[in-house]
Amino acid sequence: MIWLGIDTSNVPLSIAVVQDHKLLVEWTSSVKVTHSVGAMPAVEEALKHANIKPKEIGAIAVAEGPGSYTGVRIGVTIAKTMAWTLKIPLVGVSSLQTLAGNGSLFEGLVCPIMDARRENVFSAIYKNGVVADLADGHYALETILEKLSTKEEKVLFVGKDVSIHWEVIQGTLGERAIRAPFNLDLPKASVVIEEALKKPLPSIEEAHHFVPDYKRITEAEANWRAEQKKVVEQHE
Amino acid sequence: MMKNQIILGIETSCDETAASIVRNGCEIVSNVVSSQIESHKRFGGVVPEIASRHHVEQVTLVIEEALKQANMQPNDLDAVAVTEGPGLVGALLIGINAAKAFAFANQLPLVGVHHIAGHIYANQLVAPMQFPLLALVVSGGHTEIVLMRDHGSFELIGETRDDAAGEAYDKVARVLKLPYPGGPHIDRLAQESDEAIAFPRVWLEEGSYDFSFSGLKSAVINYMHNAEQRGEIVKPQAVAAGFQDSVVEVLTAKTLRAAKEFNVKQVIAAGGVSANKGLRTALEETFKNEGIPFTVPPLFLCTDNAAMIAAAGSVMFDKGQRSTMAMNGRPGMTLFDWN
Ligand SMILES: [Zn+2]
Repeated sequence: MIWLGIDTSNVPLSIAVVQDHKLLVEWTSSVKVTHSVGAMPAVEEALKHANIKPKEIGAIAVAEGPGSYTGVRIGVTIAKTMAWTLKIPLVGVSSLQTLAGNGSLFEGLVCPIMDARRENVFSAIYKNGVVADLADGHYALETILEKLSTKEEKVLFVGKDVSIHWEVIQGTLGERAIRAPFNLDLPKASVVIEEALKKPLPSIEEAHHFVPDYKRITEAEANWRAEQKKVVEQHE
Repeated sequence: MMKNQIILGIETSCDETAASIVRNGCEIVSNVVSSQIESHKRFGGVVPEIASRHHVEQVTLVIEEALKQANMQPNDLDAVAVTEGPGLVGALLIGINAAKAFAFANQLPLVGVHHIAGHIYANQLVAPMQFPLLALVVSGGHTEIVLMRDHGSFELIGETRDDAAGEAYDKVARVLKLPYPGGPHIDRLAQESDEAIAFPRVWLEEGSYDFSFSGLKSAVINYMHNAEQRGEIVKPQAVAAGFQDSVVEVLTAKTLRAAKEFNVKQVIAAGGVSANKGLRTALEETFKNEGIPFTVPPLFLCTDNAAMIAAAGSVMFDKGQRSTMAMNGRPGMTLFDWN
């Protein structure tokens, strides 16, 4: 079976084509090009290079977030539209798991990092490709580091945003903190497919209801909820 | 041979997720609109991030429904037309990427359509357009007079220098504490009123076809403020009627003057605000008296929809316009000719 894999969760773009557990094409870039311009041409090019027609694709795997809201949405929109119209299953894989998957052979803990501004990150604590402690989420970097301070194993930090926080990370964890080599810092669509292969295939109808896993409510919603709370408190 | 061109239109530029199938650019085969108004109401306006989240949830369902209602398969289509801009960028990107993925998967040509060209071409779904033609485009984001000497040729004759007419309606509605979206409420209140507060008409310099509505909006705010300070009771109906009178008179007078100057064969109104009853009636009466044919689409084609995008896309497709898989959302896109 032929799989198409897509990751547009943050600035990097990765597209992969896998046939029967064999990686045919993978195209990964960290050049800052908006995904609306870059993603579909990359899909077209990767399939053309592998001499595969859209109708030959058997399933699609997409990184479902968290990450940049717009970025995740572009990948998910492309994936769900293709899956629906080609009548093939769509499997979502956590964008953090995808990044952590680059360090799946590491013996200690793996901590994927996506910067979310103001000392916040999208992160989690993985081991051998699965969540070992903190699940995927939006955290203060401090929270992650506090949790990791209670462990004894070495921690591999993965992601191009690690550089933004490296001083603080190293300051807290010292020599237990290991920075992944640059060739493991970008999410790979082949990892998205590899993780998707471990999951049961959903029914074709489910593509319609597939949505990104944002891990955060919108700012407008958060403000509105705070406002409602204030009103309730004033009444009490 | 009879032409039988089938276009799928997709529109997600603001808070409606829409898909439609149009035959030969003039016949609606199916028209599906999923509105998000309810989700934005409590915020008092469209929240872009929430709009984008809704579009992702709805987009494939809406396209499937359009195909289903038309009893068609993707291979019955000749092309996919999608709103490329202007609009909310995050919202536009959902329609664009769905359109690209759909077109690629089914190996169909793709056409990126200007949203305002879509509003203008909504008229083509009612009756064939007669050139030269003058279009008054009024919506939440636009107030423009466009001269068309032929299909796909757009000359901007006048435009707003500050607020769009729809924007002024929304702001005045907020001052009158009317629920979102405020435009229809002002229209309704104005219809109910037999008195109207006198607000200024802004004509700008002699001969100009441009508009300005921010001064009018300020005049309404000042009036409310002064009344409040004097402890007077304000009749919202009279304020709404006075405001609407000013907007409608300026829009109608400038459109009429342009219609005469350019000796047009037809005048059309387009865009969400052309659903306004006060404006429709004034335009209809004015041009009837002048003997100039005037058309405005039915209400469901005035507000955002995808049939209008397919209608415009149909003419663009015939003229050889094509978009690539690298199409991006263009929030500030300007009207362009299709030659
Ligand atoms: Zn519109």
